[in-house]
Amino acid sequence: MAYAVEVEQLSRRFGSVAAVDGLTFRIEPGEVFGVLGPNGAGKTTTVRLLNGVLAPSGGRAWVLGLDPAAHGCELRRRTGVLTETPSLYERLTARDNLHFFGALYGVAEADLPRRVDDLLALLGLSERANHKVGSFSKGMKQRLALARALLHQPDLLFLDEPTAGLDPEAARQVTAWIEQASRERGRTVFLCTHNLAEAQRLCHRVAVLDRGRLLAVGTAAELARTLWHGLWVDVDLRTRPPGALADSLRALPGVTELTLDEDRLAVQVEGEAVIPSVVATVVGQGGQVLRVNPRVYSLEEIYFRLQRERKEGAA
Amino acid sequence: MNWRTVRTLAAKDLKEVRQNRSAWIPAIVVPLLFVVVLPLAIIVAPSAAGLPGEVLLPRQGPAGMPNPLPPALMAEVAGLDDMQAWVVLMAGYLLAPFFLVVPLMFASIVGADSFVGEKERKTLEALLYTPASDRELLVGKVLASVTPAVALAWLCFLAYGLVVNVASGPIMGRVWFPPPAWWPLMLWVAPAVATLGMAATVLISARVSTFMEAYQLSGSLVVLVVGLVLGQVAGLLLLNVETTLALGLALWLVDAALLWFGVRTFTRSELIARI
Repeated sequence: MAYAVEVEQLSRRFGSVAAVDGLTFRIEPGEVFGVLGPNGAGKTTTVRLLNGVLAPSGGRAWVLGLDPAAHGCELRRRTGVLTETPSLYERLTARDNLHFFGALYGVAEADLPRRVDDLLALLGLSERANHKVGSFSKGMKQRLALARALLHQPDLLFLDEPTAGLDPEAARQVTAWIEQASRERGRTVFLCTHNLAEAQRLCHRVAVLDRGRLLAVGTAAELARTLWHGLWVDVDLRTRPPGALADSLRALPGVTELTLDEDRLAVQVEGEAVIPSVVATVVGQGGQVLRVNPRVYSLEEIYFRLQRERKEGAA
Repeated sequence: MNWRTVRTLAAKDLKEVRQNRSAWIPAIVVPLLFVVVLPLAIIVAPSAAGLPGEVLLPRQGPAGMPNPLPPALMAEVAGLDDMQAWVVLMAGYLLAPFFLVVPLMFASIVGADSFVGEKERKTLEALLYTPASDRELLVGKVLASVTPAVALAWLCFLAYGLVVNVASGPIMGRVWFPPPAWWPLMLWVAPAVATLGMAATVLISARVSTFMEAYQLSGSLVVLVVGLVLGQVAGLLLLNVETTLALGLALWLVDAALLWFGVRTFTRSELIARI
């Protein structure tokens, strides 16, 4: 299978500091891939490496089948980047900004005016099209920067902290546009963010970076399984059965751990297939079950667990 | 080389400079001073004040003292009366190097705004993510600073010629400007000086982070112009056709060396690492 992005042992050093240190991961076409990590984790450097803007110190990368270090110009025609700061020309109007970048991205001169108008309308900026960008709010600038990133209809969209510093309303708007952009044309999205809720909402898979190193990569469920080993199931009880329920459950094959309160049972099982026998044991001993919920970990819980494990490992 | 990209980059840089009043006001004021104020002060003011030519331009020093003007300059004004000699020497020779300030300053202003201003205003990163090659980015920015600087110098030359010939008409009785050396000065040396200002800015931009720092540092090249003026006054140099051609050649060689170093520092990897 041809991956949208394939990275092997990618590294970039600045003097003695490793900004990116041996990254290896793959992104499938059409996937929304999140990259999480604190400041200095190497997220922005990775975006620069994958666009051929920065040369790697080691390792290889293939983006849309191209080596960014060798075919940067060709690759950048097919990628769009929303930088962390909007990076717009504030003395020029919104329309001038888009015309300028459209020409640089090689949008045909005949198509450019219509494409610019369509995007300005789509992102709600038509009325301010001929105003200087310096007069725009931060949210408007971010929308205009997103328009710039989409102008040449890229196959792969890099978004570096797209909602950083925006108020909740503007952030929600930008997130909605990103969702829409990711659905168009089976576009692949590489999303760097601190915002774990945003990543949870948008991303199919995430990679967690710290000090340039990859701590983990996968879906939230996959990461949870590696961190919490097995599946926790919460069982809400209407009536707790008399007798030694805990001993009976521990004797079941596939049950590895449990806690039992007055009206709540938490059981760790090896897989979903064990859940029916847990329920049957509770009911068989005279208990009444209200709800059975396989525990789903939020990306926030996963992220902080990874960071804690990394710190404990370092100590 | 994609010329649409180069043209787009150059046009954008010029549009941005036009919006930056603090950048272009000096580029208007200084040429006005050289084109209008100085020639009028030199040509019209002495006549209006009734100053005799021998006071302005004493061709004979006191007995036993050397001649106050270098022989080469004296030869240029042989056969002219004192007032005519004053006008020709001042407007035709001694002011000539000042005209090099115009392309130098304009190229430095646009270059500083273009190369360092992008970094200062945090717009460089988005530019580096475009498909434009390093060479296209550099050529676009070079054209944005050198082409208008040279055009402005030529426009000033035209205007200066008009002002000088009209103002000195009653004294000279003929159209006498420009002397032959002005043609290589404008067509050969002025583009070299504009390129020098831009090339110096490219190198400086690697080490400074604000437009003003870059502008002030590249502005120090004005010393070169001051040196030419003093050289003429001291008799060490006369800007005739031969010396002007030689000066231009020397400047182009310096430009080539500076640009060679500049091209090596103007790479995406270098630029993005300094953001």
